[in-house]
Amino acid sequence: MKIIVLAKHAPDPQSEVGVAADGKSLSLGTAVFDINDWDRYAVEEAIRIKEKMGGEVVVVGVGKSEDTLRKCLAMGADRAIKVPIESGLDAYQTAEVICEAIKNEKFDMIFAGLMSQDLNNSLVGVILAAMLNLPFATAVTSLEIGNGVVTVRREIEGGYQEAVQLPMPCLLTIQSGINEPRYVSVMGIKKAKTKELKEVNITPKSSTVEVAKMYLPPVKKAELITGDPSQIAAKIIAILKDRGLIG
Amino acid sequence: MKVFAVAEHRFGELNPLSIELLNLANKLGESNAVVIGKDVGKFAAELAKYADKVWKIEDASLENYNPELYIDVLLQLFQNEKPDVVLIGNTAQGAEYAPYLAVKMNAPIVTDVVGVNSANGLVASRFVMQGKIMVDLRVKSMPCVLTIRQGAFKEGVEKNGQIVDAGIKPSKPAGRKFLEYVQPEAGEVDITKANVIVAVGRGIEDAANISLAEELANALGGVVAGSRPVIDNGWLPKDRQVGISGKVVKPKLYLALGISGAFQHVMGMKDSELIIAVNKDPEAPIFGVAHYGVVANLFDIVPELLDKLKGK
Repeated sequence: MKIIVLAKHAPDPQSEVGVAADGKSLSLGTAVFDINDWDRYAVEEAIRIKEKMGGEVVVVGVGKSEDTLRKCLAMGADRAIKVPIESGLDAYQTAEVICEAIKNEKFDMIFAGLMSQDLNNSLVGVILAAMLNLPFATAVTSLEIGNGVVTVRREIEGGYQEAVQLPMPCLLTIQSGINEPRYVSVMGIKKAKTKELKEVNITPKSSTVEVAKMYLPPVKKAELITGDPSQIAAKIIAILKDRGLIG
Repeated sequence: MKVFAVAEHRFGELNPLSIELLNLANKLGESNAVVIGKDVGKFAAELAKYADKVWKIEDASLENYNPELYIDVLLQLFQNEKPDVVLIGNTAQGAEYAPYLAVKMNAPIVTDVVGVNSANGLVASRFVMQGKIMVDLRVKSMPCVLTIRQGAFKEGVEKNGQIVDAGIKPSKPAGRKFLEYVQPEAGEVDITKANVIVAVGRGIEDAANISLAEELANALGGVVAGSRPVIDNGWLPKDRQVGISGKVVKPKLYLALGISGAFQHVMGMKDSELIIAVNKDPEAPIFGVAHYGVVANLFDIVPELLDKLKGK
């Protein structure tokens, strides 16, 4: 089983993020970057399948993805391809360069994370499926490989899941929680240094959207309870008493 | 502008988001609803109240949603009707097939849209960074595809549209086969029935700390629930998940501890009577939905609360 996994090096939205002075791009000065959380589950799932059935796991990263690709190799992926373009908000561009970067690869499946933790577009995976005319399923929470087919469950609303079967090759986007991703071992990091990380230069041609403006959303803010922890707790208790929630 | 809104239904119910798509369509121009399925007369009648025209696409093979068949029939319809804008719900279903459809239409796509301005070209607004930052994206060509966030276009006008049978069938069978819908497993505790919910998010940091939340829930006569990262990590069972893909709760008190407030979570708890949120990050979107907010480490606040509740 040969699986290609898309892995993005992405800022953690829970770290300090803002809008740059141009009003059109993100300011990520102190943001913490790591492998996109959903991609971590996708890489783990691919490695588990390889460990069980044999085969190869190839990770593909767009942009400044070297650290993330090395991490994937340390987890157990076999080799990596990096396309060092600036990956922006136009998912067509990202999908287009990935499409080109893997054009000589024969594969059984492509995995992508359900979305990226920074842009939350949920686009690149399915756009790539369309460019390659592949059957696809998103938000996969479990999968079972059969003879030339894969049976998956995908997450829908209200705690329900939808079970579907796809022929291979196909593309799946992976929902978080599908597995418990491994930590990288010292041995894994050592091994990763000897694995191939190929850089390919591709310039995207497509251009479908442009940023008109980026800004902080106007939100109604909660009334803040301030003070030291003891004062805050006392104020919360007072609110709860006032509402009759405690005696 | 000629706008097509693709309706959604499951288990015999029309998703109310379908009407919200039409609210937006009516703002932008001529509103067309499309409804796909085996027998969609009931849905078409409902949609006609909000659309200039409703297109029915019916076939036995369309009984259950299948992205390949949906894309197949929609492309046939759009080839004839030439829409300027296609609106699709940003749901588990819509978010799945919309990007593929966009590629086959050679159309730009913007997902999870909460605002649209058509005064000068078409600009769609959406959040990035899980709700912390907003971006206005201008699409560079028409037609375009937009997937729309639930609750963003609730106001609209009524219409009395004509219902037509599009006379379209899938041109070929799909590679992907629908097998079944899998019901959620029933857990020990039904969090939708609780008056008080102590909900924990990524800020709880470790499975071992869940007991702290349990202690607080016990002291308040409530139950513990969690946001997605807590469930993903296996720190709480799936039936305790609050959010679009978990449960929708409306308790008298929702105490959110270390929850950032991703949209998917907020939709599961925003109608709680009293929401108090504790989070280290002053920019966390949870403070946009909470009534009271505490910018602090939950591990500083919860022990104090427990002391005071026990000594009351």
